[in-house]
Amino acid sequence: MMDRRSFLKKLLSALALSGGALGGFLRGVPAWGQAKEEPAGKLWGFGVSVDKCIGCARCVVACKTENNVPKEPFFYRTWVERYMIPRTGEAVVTNIHTGLAPEEEIPSRPIFRSFFVPKLCNQCAHPPCVQVCPVGATFSTDDGVVLVNDKTCIGCRYCIQACPYGARYLHPATDTADKCTFCYHRLDRELLPACVEVCPTQARVIGDLNSPASPMTRFKRMNKIFVLKPNLNTEPKVLYANIDGEVR
Amino acid sequence: MKKPLQNMPESALRLVTVFAVFIVGTIVVVKFVIPPRFKDTKIQWADTVKTEVAKPVRYAGAVACTECHDEIVAEKKRGYHRDLSCETCHGPAMAHTEDPDNIKPSAPRDRKFCPVCHTFNPSRPRGFPMINPVAHNPMQACFTCHNPHDPKPPTVPRECSACHGEIARTLSVSHHVQLKCTTCHDVPSRHRVSPRVVKPTKPSSRDFCGKCHGQESPYKGSPKIDLATHGEKYVCWQCHYPHLPEAE
Ligand code: HEC
Ligand code: HEC
Ligand code: HEC
Ligand code: HEC
Ligand code: HEC
Ligand code: HEC
Ligand code: HEC
Ligand code: HEC
Repeated sequence: MMDRRSFLKKLLSALALSGGALGGFLRGVPAWGQAKEEPAGKLWGFGVSVDKCIGCARCVVACKTENNVPKEPFFYRTWVERYMIPRTGEAVVTNIHTGLAPEEEIPSRPIFRSFFVPKLCNQCAHPPCVQVCPVGATFSTDDGVVLVNDKTCIGCRYCIQACPYGARYLHPATDTADKCTFCYHRLDRELLPACVEVCPTQARVIGDLNSPASPMTRFKRMNKIFVLKPNLNTEPKVLYANIDGEVR
Repeated sequence: MKKPLQNMPESALRLVTVFAVFIVGTIVVVKFVIPPRFKDTKIQWADTVKTEVAKPVRYAGAVACTECHDEIVAEKKRGYHRDLSCETCHGPAMAHTEDPDNIKPSAPRDRKFCPVCHTFNPSRPRGFPMINPVAHNPMQACFTCHNPHDPKPPTVPRECSACHGEIARTLSVSHHVQLKCTTCHDVPSRHRVSPRVVKPTKPSSRDFCGKCHGQESPYKGSPKIDLATHGEKYVCWQCHYPHLPEAE
């Protein structure tokens, strides 16, 4: 007679064996049961060299023109922040809008360290904006760009709230969320994004993270790479080089 | 044995029927009547990618200008403005490339334009050529002296402050005000022409500062310290910024 304990034991081990055998069989037939390995497609990444930025804001102007972003301040797909760090106390951060206002050029307080930081959508691998969208209107493409479907977007602003980088805004004409797309329409035509095109110092580069022959490969090889707010595990695909620890 | 349905009270049966019809109806509507475009986010996303890619391009990209303006392109490539895109200054020119005879991009001849990048600003990176537009040859347009496509200064700048304005300003309010830059830096003349390739020297030892500050130094008017003990572990500029040496 078999008692309950040994019956269960035998049953389990028989299951495990047959499972293993089935798995081995499946592995022998790659086209069946497992997806075929496709060659890795493009994965767009963006590099920003903070030490090269001269704060001319040509990128902001070009982005607004190329992408129909309203000209008024507070609507940006990309923007440039000016950091002024006094010897003691908090860093002063200002958005330089579409260019430096003359009275802003020389600060009233002595500054210890100062620089410009270009910002844009980080095209996160784990985008919080995608997670919170109630209608599935925002999503990641296969090549790693987060897009907004403005036909189904209901303009609820959850994504704007959820973005830790402040990269989204509500377009006043369409009442839908809008954000940087790495100029997806330009990439498709093998053109550079407008901001990269007009940058005078190559402070901005773009490239395929999966390709060994891409400006991003050198960017990653030659620089120490940082991302913004790494503790949030959003895994940004906008990489920063030579950035100051004060940058938030 | 009676059938279970016949056991039910009539009213309950009706209710069940109504619900059944409702549920089946809903399933039919969702599955067959609503077109897949309205409910499948995959399809919606594919559509979004299509509309995104179809958006119009306004910036043609620097390569597009080569076809008809090859001389200017070649001229620019040799000069300091090599990393500037034509459209950084001339604005979006896609329409112009399609209809060059009727649509002309504007040329920024105004004196206000170049200072967008070249006004002195302490946040700009080290060595970036900057001027004070109020004092720098006012009353004349920039392009009368500097070819915008190959902006060599008409004469090699004599002063280090042309490109190191921030350091010159700092030094001028410091105890080292009467020291020339060249007291501490040997500057090859080629540094002013190719600043990033040919670099000046920097002091390399404590003895260098000791020439004026050591106890045996014959130099008059400089405070003296004991080289053997004063901050012995470090080079002097780890504690004193040489362009603004402060003892306190
Ligand atoms: C298909 C040929 C063609 C292409 C491509 C082209 N241009 Fe032109 N461009 C012309 C012609 C023709 C003129 C008129 C020349 C004249 O009037 O002497 C012109 C004139 C200009 C002018 C002078 C306008 C003025 O007021 O005198 C600018 C600036 C200019 N182009 C910029 C560009 C830029 C920037 C690009 C690249 C995005 C570009 N062009 C691409 C043909 C072209
Ligand atoms: C730093 C800004 C700047 C950049 C970059 C620039 N231009 Fe110009 N361009 C000007 C200015 C300013 C003028 C007017 C000069 C004048 O009137 O003498 C001008 C004039 C022109 C003209 C008309 C006058 C002429 O010399 O024939 C053409 C054509 C032109 N640019 C094409 C180009 C092309 C093509 C490129 C890219 C290779 C380019 N520019 C890059 C500022 C720029
Ligand atoms: C979009 C930014 C931008 C604009 C606009 C611009 N420049 Fe420049 N300029 C640069 C950059 C970048 C350099 C290269 C600096 C370097 O090599 O470090 C440069 C270099 C120069 C130099 C040479 C400096 C040297 O090192 O000797 C001169 C002169 C100059 N520009 C004049 C002009 C004039 C005149 C205009 C207006 C027609 C103008 N620039 C417009 C970005 C700009
Ligand atoms: C009257 C002719 C003249 C005019 C007009 C002029 N410059 Fe200059 N610029 C010079 C000379 C000469 C130098 C080099 C000597 C010096 O350092 O002053 C120079 C130097 C510069 C430099 C520094 C380049 C370097 O290598 O140090 C920049 C940047 C510059 N000019 C930009 C401009 C801009 C921008 C304008 C228009 C707002 C302008 N210039 C108008 C003659 C001129
Ligand atoms: C045409 C613009 C220009 C002029 C004029 C110029 N410099 Fe420079 N200088 C630069 C640039 C650009 C750098 C490189 C900055 C960098 O690579 O970070 C530099 C770097 C330096 C360095 C640092 C070298 C290093 O290894 O870090 C020193 C020191 C220096 N310059 C001193 C001088 C002195 C002294 C003068 C005057 C005699 C002078 N420069 C004139 C543009 C200039
Ligand atoms: C008392 C000697 C002294 C004088 C005078 C001096 N320097 Fe320096 N400079 C140094 C030393 C030492 C360093 C290296 C500092 C370091 O590595 O921390 C340095 C570094 C530099 C650098 C690179 C680091 C930085 O601070 O950006 C530049 C650029 C520079 N000097 C330019 C100048 C210019 C321009 C002048 C004249 C206006 C000048 N220096 C005058 C001693 C001097
Ligand atoms: C050519 C001579 C000379 C050289 C080289 C020189 N200094 Fe000086 N330094 C002086 C003189 C002169 C003064 C005093 C100026 C005054 O008080 O008016 C001075 C003042 C100072 C002070 C005192 C400032 C105060 O608050 O009283 C410090 C610190 C200093 N230097 C540091 C340095 C360092 C560090 C170096 C090396 C990078 C250096 N010096 C190289 C001439 C020199
Ligand atoms: C560990 C940091 C440190 C280093 C390294 C250092 N100093 Fe100082 N130095 C100070 C401090 C702190 C003071 C002010 C307090 C004092 O007088 O001791 C000072 C004061 C001075 C003074 C002003 C003295 C006076 O009587 O007014 C001079 C000059 C000076 N240092 C030169 C140098 C020179 C030259 C070197 C390199 C040989 C050097 N220091 C290296 C920290 C340092």
